[in-house]
Amino acid sequence: MIRRSDQGRWSDRAVEATMGTVLRYGVVLAAVLVAAGGVAYLFERWDHATHYSVFAGSPESLTTPAAILRGALALDPASLIALGLVVLVLTPVARVVFALLAFVEQRDRLYVIFSLIVLSVLFIGLTGHSL
Amino acid sequence: MNVLIFTLVVFAGSLFAGFLGSLTGLGGGVVIVPLLTVALGVDIRYAIGASLVSVIATSSGAAAAYLKEGFTNMRVGIFLEVATTSGAILGASVATRLPGPAIEVVFGVVLLVSVYLTLSLRKLPAVGGEGLARRLRLNGSYPTPNGDVSYTPRRVPLGFGIMAGAGALSGLLGIGSGAVKVLALDQAMRLPFKVSTTTSNFMIGVTAAASAGIYLRRGFITPGLAMPVMLGVLAGSLIGARLLISARARLLRLVFAVAIFALGVEMIVAGLHL
Repeated sequence: MIRRSDQGRWSDRAVEATMGTVLRYGVVLAAVLVAAGGVAYLFERWDHATHYSVFAGSPESLTTPAAILRGALALDPASLIALGLVVLVLTPVARVVFALLAFVEQRDRLYVIFSLIVLSVLFIGLTGHSL
Repeated sequence: MNVLIFTLVVFAGSLFAGFLGSLTGLGGGVVIVPLLTVALGVDIRYAIGASLVSVIATSSGAAAAYLKEGFTNMRVGIFLEVATTSGAILGASVATRLPGPAIEVVFGVVLLVSVYLTLSLRKLPAVGGEGLARRLRLNGSYPTPNGDVSYTPRRVPLGFGIMAGAGALSGLLGIGSGAVKVLALDQAMRLPFKVSTTTSNFMIGVTAAASAGIYLRRGFITPGLAMPVMLGVLAGSLIGARLLISARARLLRLVFAVAIFALGVEMIVAGLHL
């Protein structure tokens, strides 16, 4: 639980400590998914040739979070790795959400607005919309 | 090279890159991208996709360790992220339109500039320019054995501008652009060292996340390659963070700078087909 400072509001440092725990779980979960998918991937294709010298882009099934989740639930190795990467990408987003919550709690209107701007930009980027 | 050998080679290289990157503070991206493109012939778009993922892993991995100590300035981080994330989306959008060799040349030039920046540490004076920081309440304090020490950032507009540039480079090249962020936080805004490194680390992850969705959608992030890069850089950077010894940092930075310089030249040559 988040420790409260004297004023009954979340202190910045208490929020940071809780965020540290969330981050640790996020990174560990991401690494485990990537490693598990990786082992399965190597088991299946270890003697195939690599084709990274010519850019063709990843297949459709590995370019959107929804498709990746479907693939991972079907235990497709590449999709499991990709799911781990999606979890990893969400860890910094979680940090911004935590910061937003702390600023809301502190009734710091200016920084609530800044946090919301950052989250909106992140949302645009995460949905894959380039300019 | 078959998939197994390739994966092992990339994992070993990434371990090394993450180790060096965290020891010198430059991050793993600037080593892993040239390694993949120049040494292993990987297309630069796949290379920066894998690198971007490893940048997030390093940032969140290190943050989980640092956060407890109370050095990160959340207000400075969030405020400057308005600049870095916007820059990142712009940079990533440009990356999806540029041909591979052009990205390679830009990458090489950025490596050369990064070397210059790390070796020439000229700080702007720590006087004046605090007005805006006060109004934005960017001042903070950090714990020391003798109690909390407070500070006020300086030259906020300059810092904000440099950070927008750092974000654009991060989105364009799939790197954390730690060297440019240090320029803004250390040299222009004059934040205390530990505050600037941890706050920069916070921003690096958030900035990279802004372009990750665009990279994923365009197929830059390919699991077979991103897997050994992410795991290797993460492990390497965690080992490096444990070994952070300041006494040797200067020599190490010099050695690293020479290596980065060579890689930069190599990438420009490869990109221009000289």
